[in-house]
Order: sequence, then C-alpha cells, then structure tokens
Amino acid sequence: MPQIAQLTADNWYLASQLFWLLVVFAGIYVVIGRGMLPKIEATVDARDRKVADDLAAAKAAHAAADKLDESYRQQGDASRAAAQKAVSDAKDKAAKDAEKRLAKVDAELGERLAAAEADVSAARSSAMAEIESVAAEAAGDLVAKLSGVKIAAADAKAAVKAVLHG
Amino acid sequence: MAAESGKIDPMHQFEVTPLGGGFNLGGHEVLFTNSALWMVIAAVVLGLFMWGGMRRQLVPGRWQAAVEGFTGFISNMMMANIGTEGRKYTPYVFSLFMFILFCNLLGMLPLGVLGLHPFTVTSHIAITGVLALLSFSIVLVVGFWRHGLHFFSLFVPHGTPLPMIPFIAVIEFISFMIRPFSLGLRLFVAMTAGHVLLKVLSGFVINGFNAENAVIGSVVSLLSFTLMIGISALELLVAGIQAYVFALLTSLYINDAVNLH
Repeated sequence: MPQIAQLTADNWYLASQLFWLLVVFAGIYVVIGRGMLPKIEATVDARDRKVADDLAAAKAAHAAADKLDESYRQQGDASRAAAQKAVSDAKDKAAKDAEKRLAKVDAELGERLAAAEADVSAARSSAMAEIESVAAEAAGDLVAKLSGVKIAAADAKAAVKAVLHG
Repeated sequence: MAAESGKIDPMHQFEVTPLGGGFNLGGHEVLFTNSALWMVIAAVVLGLFMWGGMRRQLVPGRWQAAVEGFTGFISNMMMANIGTEGRKYTPYVFSLFMFILFCNLLGMLPLGVLGLHPFTVTSHIAITGVLALLSFSIVLVVGFWRHGLHFFSLFVPHGTPLPMIPFIAVIEFISFMIRPFSLGLRLFVAMTAGHVLLKVLSGFVINGFNAENAVIGSVVSLLSFTLMIGISALELLVAGIQAYVFALLTSLYINDAVNLH
C-alpha cells in the first residue's frame, strides 16, 4: 500500500503532501470559502428576502382589496337603506298630507252641513211658526165662521200649538 | 496500470511520483508531485465551477442554480446542526466538502483511456488525516475559546448518574480522541477500496482477453466489464457520500464545540 509505505520510504513524501495540501486548501478557503461563498449566499438571501417581501406585498394588496370590497358593499347597503328610508318617508308624508287634507275637507264639509242643517231647522221653525200663526188665524176664522164665536188670537194660537206639538 | 510481465498492480495507481520543482522547506524536501497536480486541478475546476455561479442573477440560470444548490446544501446543513452561529463555519465546511468532492470525482475520471494517470488525492491517509486533524483542531480551539475548561463537561453527558461519571467520562474521552482517526480513515479507506476494486476488475477484463482460452476469457472479461460499470456508478455515489459524511461529521463536531450539548 503506497499510501503507508511512502510515508516512511520517501522522505519527501509527507512534506510535499502537507505543503501542497495546505497551499491548495488555504487557497480554496480564502478564494472560494471566504470570497465567493458569501457573495453567492448574499444573492440567495436577497432573493429569499425579495420573494418574502413580494409575497407579503401581495398579501397586503389582497387584504386591501378585501377591505375595499367590504367597504363598497357596506356603502351599497347603506345607500340602499337610505333610498328605502327616503321612499318610505315620502310615502308617509304623502299619506299624512292626504289625511290632513281629507280631515280639512271633512271638517269643512261638516261645518257646511251643520250650517245647512241649522238653516234648514231655522227655516223649519220659522215655517212652523208661520204655520202656527196661519193655522191659528185659520182656526179663528173657521170657528168664527162656524159658530160665530170670536176667539182671542192667543187662545187660538195655544190650541193650534197643542194640536201641532201633540 | 503498470503491466509488469502480464500482472496488473492495483496499488500502483496510489503511488505519488515527483514531477519536479523541488525546494527545501525547513530541512524537508518539497516536490511537486502528481498528487499536488491533482489538488491544483481540483482547485482550478472548483474555482471555475464556482465562478460560473457568480452571475448573481435574481432568477438563476442552470449553472447558477447548481452552484447555489451546493452552497444552500451546506448552509442548510450548518443551520440545522449548529444554528445561526453555524454560518461562521460555513466557509470552512463548504471548502472542505467541495475540495473532497472534486478530488473524489476527478480521481474517477476515465483518463486512463487517453494515456493519462488520474490520481485520487483523497485516497491518501496523509491527506485525509491532515484534513481530519484540521477539523479536530478547529473543534478544540473553538471549544476551549468559547467555554474554557468548561469544555471538558463534554465528556459527561447530561443526566449521567454520579457513580457512572468516571466510566462514562473515560469512554467519552476515548470516543472524542478517536474522532480525527475515524474521520480521516473513513474517507481514505472508502476511496482506496473503491479504486482497488475497479482496478482489479479492469485487470480481469484485460487478462481475460489475453487468456489462452479465448471463450472463457471473453466471458470473464464481459462479466467483469459489466460489473465495472455498476461499480463505477456506485463509486460516484460513494464519492459524493464520503464528502458529505466528512462535512456532516465536521459540522456535528463543531456543534459540540459551539453549543456543548
């Protein structure tokens, strides 16, 4: 096995192997391990960070869009409710107006009816009075003509009133 | 691959041969070897691979996605095993993982077809042992730096009954001290065994075709070749798994030092 035989047989073997191993490995460590590796790792880290940032931004944008959608929906709901309220208010107002006007007209009509009734009753009572006096006169005339007795106008009136009013 | 008098030596592939460029470092002769060459090749290929993933685009292309797959794999492992403090050690574990992985895979390249000799750097205990000792030293330094002498409480797991503490502590201490050996040996043995097996089978293929009885020889060759294809696929898997195991165990050991239970 030359790997072990040469250790003792060739006096240059160990020194040469050690020297070149240390030179080459130190070169690799300095140039590649310390020089290139951190740059490559930095590139990877930067990419990872960028991906994470982009993902976070996308998530934030998604959340913002959701919020916007929600607020839009709320706004829609609110405006719909407002429109409904306006419509029902208008309806209420119209109904109240109509009621008021109706009541006014009703009252006016009632007044007019009452006045007319009063007129009628006044006319009736005046007519009644007239009938009474005419009836009393006619009764007086009739009595005078039939019996020749002259009755006082007041007596005839009382008698007629008694007959008329039962 | 040396065919000396018809025999194929499956261990020849592990031999480290000097390619020149020697100099003296503190009394030791240091040569540029085929092992060093393949370390450099692994480093260069790894550098090119990483460089292709440095375009830093927001939407990665195929290459960038592949590189980020590797870095993400190790970062996640460190995060899962150690926590946020694990990020500090990611450069080390990542370098370790990628270096071992590329050495393992490059050693599997069928360059012998072109007359080249691929060499698996991680099939040498001298290499894997040093890497394991490096990880072990980091664990020790971090552990004593962060916890001081309290780091020794690592050897006494929570809830150990008082009379058991001496025994448990000894066992825990031995298992702790064995870590660098098991870590280095595991990779070295897995790589060596796989390559020896492939080389032995390829020897069967060659010797089968050269056999005197052409019929039996061809059957042996074809069967061995079919087996080689399957085992090559398995070895690719082992190359990845061993690199992963080395990195995973290193991260777990560092976790012991950082979080202390």
